[in-house]
Amino acid sequence: MKYLKIIPLVLVIGLISAFSYINMPTSDGYKVGDIATDFSLKNVDDTMISLADYLEAKGFILIFTCNTCPVSVRNEDRILALDKKYKPLGFPVIAINPNNPDVQPGDSFKLMKVRAKEKDFTFPYLFDEGQKIFPQYGASATPHAFILQKEKKDLIVKYIGGIDNSSRNPETVTIKYVENAVDALLDGKPIEVTFTRAIGCSIKI
Amino acid sequence: MKRLVFLLLVVFIYSCNKDKEKSLQLNENESVEVYNFKQLEPLLHADDNAIHVVNFWATWCAPCIKELPYFQELHDTYDKNNLKVILVSLDFTDKFESQLIPFIKKTTLTPQVILLDDPDENNWIPKVDKSWSGALPATLIYTKNKRAFYEQFFTKESLFKEIEKFKKI
Repeated sequence: MKYLKIIPLVLVIGLISAFSYINMPTSDGYKVGDIATDFSLKNVDDTMISLADYLEAKGFILIFTCNTCPVSVRNEDRILALDKKYKPLGFPVIAINPNNPDVQPGDSFKLMKVRAKEKDFTFPYLFDEGQKIFPQYGASATPHAFILQKEKKDLIVKYIGGIDNSSRNPETVTIKYVENAVDALLDGKPIEVTFTRAIGCSIKI
Repeated sequence: MKRLVFLLLVVFIYSCNKDKEKSLQLNENESVEVYNFKQLEPLLHADDNAIHVVNFWATWCAPCIKELPYFQELHDTYDKNNLKVILVSLDFTDKFESQLIPFIKKTTLTPQVILLDDPDENNWIPKVDKSWSGALPATLIYTKNKRAFYEQFFTKESLFKEIEKFKKI
């Protein structure tokens, strides 16, 4: 009879572990077509930035990136070029540092300011303080790009993935995924490749 | 028919040799091979009785460097017929000579190290595992019957514990 009392407990534990197992491999976050959340994050100029502030924008090239990841560093010039080309066309770059500076001290807000100044970032470089935004988007690496387009009042995720097909070496790039996607949006055409993967650094949590 | 098979075999062997020309000299007797993904792929699907542990790393990846000694320890602990460790480096191609080779010399890594020089990342990352975003570190563990991919950092305990799961099959 004693065992009978244990059965519900075992069942509950079993259920909990079964669900946690199921949840583990499927990474949460957005898929192409989802509605993206807005946020209010601190920029390197000490102002708070929200996507809603950009009344004229047609959309955004949101890039999770950081100071310390060497792949991110190798993409800084590419990110600057994207902002230069697409900000005037209505798709500005918004960069977000998702890393926890307690784990990766080189990614502190103070050092973000230093890096932004050194490289003359023309785009906001936001600090995901408390790491609340990157998990909602499902960013899993730096750099990791999300293209959003305004549709009525919503921001719709149109592309998730790498900036191009050679994150580690700009000289061997043959396909520029982000450029192709934004060009398609600007032309009102369907995006050919909406999801890609690229080598990057894990996000430090 | 026999002639055709022979001809195909010659062509195959020739193309294999041609593919494997690239290597970097470590010292007089040792070298590190530089593979593209097509050359690496068979090592992700070996059909023998061993447990295969394929770790994707780079000298620029701090958590990768931290977990490398655990993979070395795995390599040292098990008989080579039962467990094979391959360390696939995703170092920057222009830093092979200045960063990777000195690192391998300094740390005296003994598992096989392969430099994966294949820029078209989105083409091959999903072929390693469709769940992989491309973030490092990442590890593939497989046998003939079981396969698992880990986009994560391993502690020594978690790595050895994971291997246990493959031994039972």
